[in-house]
Amino acid sequence: MILPGNASCQGCPIAMAMRCLDEIENPVLVIPAGCSTVIAGLHPKSAMKCPVVHVPFASTHSVACGLSEAYRKLGVDATIVAWMGDGAADIGFATLSASATRKDDILTVVVDNEAYMNTGTQASLSTFWKAKTTTSPTGKTEEKRNLALVMLAHKVDYVATASVGYIRDLRRKFRTAGKKDGFRFIHVHTPCPPGWRFPSEKTVEVARKAVMSGAWILWEYDGKLRISPPSEKYADKSKRIPLKEYLNQGRFAHLSDEDVKEIERKIDEEWDLLLKFS
Amino acid sequence: MQAKSDCDGARGVRKLLTSNEAVAEAVKLAKPDVIAAYPITPQSPIVEKLSEMVESEELDSRFVRVESEHSAMGVVIGAATAGARVFTATSSHGLAYMYEMCWWAAGSRLPIVMALAARSIGAPWNIHGDHLDLVSLRDLGWIISVAENAQEAFDMTINAFLLSEEVNIPVVVAIDGFTMSHTAEVVNVRQVEIPPRKQAYRILPGMEVALNAVAFGEARMLARFDLARDLEESAGLIEEKLGGLVEEYRLEDAEYAVVVTGGLSGDVKDAVDMLREEGVKIGVMRLRFIRPFPKKAVKELPSQVLVVDRANTDLRGVLSVEVAACGVENKNLVAGIGGKYPTVDELYSCLKRFVDGKLSDVEWLI
Amino acid sequence: MRLDPILSKATVGSAGETGSWRNFRPVVEAEKCSGCKECFYYCPEGVIEVKGVARIDYRFCKGCGVCREVCRQKAIVMVQEE
Repeated sequence: MILPGNASCQGCPIAMAMRCLDEIENPVLVIPAGCSTVIAGLHPKSAMKCPVVHVPFASTHSVACGLSEAYRKLGVDATIVAWMGDGAADIGFATLSASATRKDDILTVVVDNEAYMNTGTQASLSTFWKAKTTTSPTGKTEEKRNLALVMLAHKVDYVATASVGYIRDLRRKFRTAGKKDGFRFIHVHTPCPPGWRFPSEKTVEVARKAVMSGAWILWEYDGKLRISPPSEKYADKSKRIPLKEYLNQGRFAHLSDEDVKEIERKIDEEWDLLLKFS
Repeated sequence: MQAKSDCDGARGVRKLLTSNEAVAEAVKLAKPDVIAAYPITPQSPIVEKLSEMVESEELDSRFVRVESEHSAMGVVIGAATAGARVFTATSSHGLAYMYEMCWWAAGSRLPIVMALAARSIGAPWNIHGDHLDLVSLRDLGWIISVAENAQEAFDMTINAFLLSEEVNIPVVVAIDGFTMSHTAEVVNVRQVEIPPRKQAYRILPGMEVALNAVAFGEARMLARFDLARDLEESAGLIEEKLGGLVEEYRLEDAEYAVVVTGGLSGDVKDAVDMLREEGVKIGVMRLRFIRPFPKKAVKELPSQVLVVDRANTDLRGVLSVEVAACGVENKNLVAGIGGKYPTVDELYSCLKRFVDGKLSDVEWLI
Repeated sequence: MRLDPILSKATVGSAGETGSWRNFRPVVEAEKCSGCKECFYYCPEGVIEVKGVARIDYRFCKGCGVCREVCRQKAIVMVQEE
């Protein structure tokens, strides 16, 4: 769906994920402000081979809902994809929650690069604890919100996490969700080279190390919660790679050994919580 | 673009309706595909009535219960983008909360109809009527119509669908909070047939286009210019087919004129009648629309003009400034803020002082 | 109504010939390439086509180097652009 020669940065994980939209039939994209707005093309050009409706930040799910309701009423077959960053998920959270509660017929994709990248890497609710951003210059003091679990609590039909480091798993989840009806939510981990300060060729490596260290857990819920195959073995703590290998990014360069231990503890907690649902 | 049976001719049923109910009856005739709203006093009865109609299957619409006014406007924008006829309603803080999306609706050139039960915006809290919310829509590129009574609320709502879909500009129909929204009057509910939805474009699956992508430079300015020009030119259609931008009351031979809009106009007319009985040549120009602003009519006003406002911008009322911008000097009375509704006697005494040359440049009737 | 100012059309090279952004050029060593498509799936720009071996469209390749990193055969080398 995305055409080459677009405005994404070198090694952009969002562009990588956008290519996976090929798995979805008849998509109509709703894109709020963010990196994706720019990647999808500046007027008079569009980088997408499908309709894109650009919308203000907090209106992603209301506009998506309107499209979906209208297509249903008018008998038009389409898959509405609300494609948003973690920033839009922050500012549009009430609307996202309402849409999920109504079970609107929308496939939501949150491409999470853990900060407001398009405005210059300011901290978001998704920013990792201690990560340096331009509004947390000595490291963020709050923890990352687990958005996918919050969405699971809405009792929707499909919730999954994914990563650009495991593109076949991501494509499969897009394909699975694309074939379902109702409210579907996919939270994609998208490590950002300029924002996280690592070289552009390392996008996939960093994404994989997040999974291999247990810091990002791939799972899928479709009535039952299952850890996805790439993450399965990391339920066993001893199988995980040293966390420091994942944290080898500019935004974490200042971490002390105690900080790393604390993050390990938080990761263990996250696994414990998630496994209770599985 | 006219409804098959327009204002005067159509047979109807006479019903005792508040302006809120009159709006709902008109919306029912327009058969919107999608309605979205969040309740707020004094607008809520409009959408309560509509949701009853939908659930009783009198009206075949999708009614979306949103969590905010921002989302109400978002839903109708999305639905209109897909080609659906849409309706929403709000008031006061609700309008303020959806403000961002009201810009988006206008910029997207989508036919959208919204009712506004005009109400004060806090702080402090106040649920009663004035035009402080209404005037905040002036700069956006919406067509703004203001009804005087329940019959006009009905007629203007029907016309709003016709007008909006003809010129691809969203239209708001304002009714005064409580004095109109909750006051019953006899309304001729005309059984008009509204033609099918039309609009300049719609977005459908398979199209390889993006709507409202980042537009730097010329495109942004062209879009804004087109909207301003088309809004201005909609005046022609309104004058020709939709009852006109203004109502002139006893203005033919008038030496003095009072400019006013909304439900308060009736009380001003009563005060004018009292002065007429005393032989004063005074009349009323009631603004049925404040966007497009009736510049031509205003410029033809007699030399002595008093503007009665229910919203201020600085010390001066908003309409007073608008009238002045047409090159018409005027005295200004600011009244009825937050529902502090002036009596006819109070209006009479202000008008009397105006005629006697004793009214200050700007006065607040507190 | 003039729609051009608010509608945009799908265009290859919406940001121009992004190949000009490149500092390093990925070069496929055809004899090592197994045609596994790993690079195709991960290329952010979608400029790799695999028909037997991987081929890169240099008009738009931004030279990020992801393809070299994901290549299991180590069949891609990054060469400094002149």
